[in-house]
Amino acid sequence: MSSPRQFWHNPFIYLLAFTSGFCIMAVELLGGRILAPYFGSSVHIWGSIITVFMLSLSVGYLLGGKLSTKAVSLKRYGYIFAIAGITVLPVALFAEPIMEAIFMSIEDTRYGSLLASIALFFIPTIILGMISPYSVRLLVSDKNNSGQVAGKLYFVSTLGSALGTLITSFYLVLWFEVNTIIISVCSVLFILGLLAVVSNKGAVNYD
Amino acid sequence: MINLKLLSPLFITLCFISNINAEVIHSERSLYKNVIVEDNDNIRCLKFSVKRKTSSQSCINKAAPKALVFNYTKLLFSSFLLMDKPEHVLIIGLGGGTMSNSIHQLYPQAKITNVEIDPAVVKVARDYFDFIENNKVNAQTKDGRIFVKRAKLKKQQYDWVILDAFNGDYIPEHLMTKEFLTEIRDILTPDGILAANTFSGSELYQYESATYQAVFGDFFNVRFDDGGNRVILAKNSGLPEQHTIKAKAQQINKKLSSYAVDTNKLAPLLVIEKDWPANTRLLTDQYSPANLLN
Repeated sequence: MSSPRQFWHNPFIYLLAFTSGFCIMAVELLGGRILAPYFGSSVHIWGSIITVFMLSLSVGYLLGGKLSTKAVSLKRYGYIFAIAGITVLPVALFAEPIMEAIFMSIEDTRYGSLLASIALFFIPTIILGMISPYSVRLLVSDKNNSGQVAGKLYFVSTLGSALGTLITSFYLVLWFEVNTIIISVCSVLFILGLLAVVSNKGAVNYD
Repeated sequence: MINLKLLSPLFITLCFISNINAEVIHSERSLYKNVIVEDNDNIRCLKFSVKRKTSSQSCINKAAPKALVFNYTKLLFSSFLLMDKPEHVLIIGLGGGTMSNSIHQLYPQAKITNVEIDPAVVKVARDYFDFIENNKVNAQTKDGRIFVKRAKLKKQQYDWVILDAFNGDYIPEHLMTKEFLTEIRDILTPDGILAANTFSGSELYQYESATYQAVFGDFFNVRFDDGGNRVILAKNSGLPEQHTIKAKAQQINKKLSSYAVDTNKLAPLLVIEKDWPANTRLLTDQYSPANLLN
């Protein structure tokens, strides 16, 4: 028998899903700016970045769904966020030497930018992609409302993505350095993850 | 016939925007912008984009092919007041190839490399602006930043770099940063000159000026009083005194007169103006919202 969910449970999950959507697109958008000094600002840069993000999100969905089949808990959900926060960090810390090395070994900026996108964004975006299916699992209470819950979750996280794109491109780049924004994204993800882990106690039994 | 009918409203609009006598003789949509070639009596212009306004990038006078039509190209010629004879020239942003052609005619021995990101512009320069290419002059379709980075790796040196990649509508932000200017400084010979055709209005002016100052120290801010473009002349080593510049202007005045450039009028324009706030933020690879500031 599952215990009744506390009042904050569902809004908290939606808030986290919203934030992950926001962060994914903030990082993707800054990706163009990060790659430009080494691979230019032509359309193939965006080709590389979007390809890598779509590919890693698709892998992330698959892994997140798989993970949600066993021992579901808010704690594990929080770990995904914390790990996402940690894996985004190298984008701020090691982008320069990574791109430098790729620039030296590959002349063609198309494949250079593709490889750089993979090196920088593939793993963190997989982790971020795991969040959506796992959120659905945490929110669904019976199978009749599962479609509605999934719809609502996509709504919230995609809205987060839209706002993440807009706010980053219109305002954040005008106020802050790229690395400042990236490190903030890491911190937000990590802190939300810790919050989820801590609030796991006395939460819900997801059977 | 159908095609013509469909195109005619666009054609009429284009003519209306620019000039009643002007005739669009070529128009194509590239990956980056709309490229238009327009004839107006003897003046042929290359124009980019029709979104809000067309902006002329490069013009030639077919009756006097040498004469520079644009004020800013004349401003770029002020570089000659700081150098003896260019041997290796790098031009970032081809336009109609006017600068390249002029320099080649003046100094046939100089090796000129043009770097242009848009293949459509290179094609139009060849087909409509008599852009000269030979064993001394070539054009490469590349991003300017990437070219400079690779040139630095290969330890190539240029005594004159012309940065003419800003067309006003969209600014390539990675070509405005401190890191990029440092890369340019690294490929300049000890006496080399950077001439950048750039902005004089908008908030960006201050940011850009502060960034050039941080990399090169004092630079000449060359502009006419017409509120148009300005040309930044920056040097690795110190800038010459005004009397040296004046002497040089006299010396080469005749050589450049057929280009409709009066060097004696250019010389007094080579001034150092520090007219931006001292605490202006620098443009860097980390912070370069040039399009938002413009």
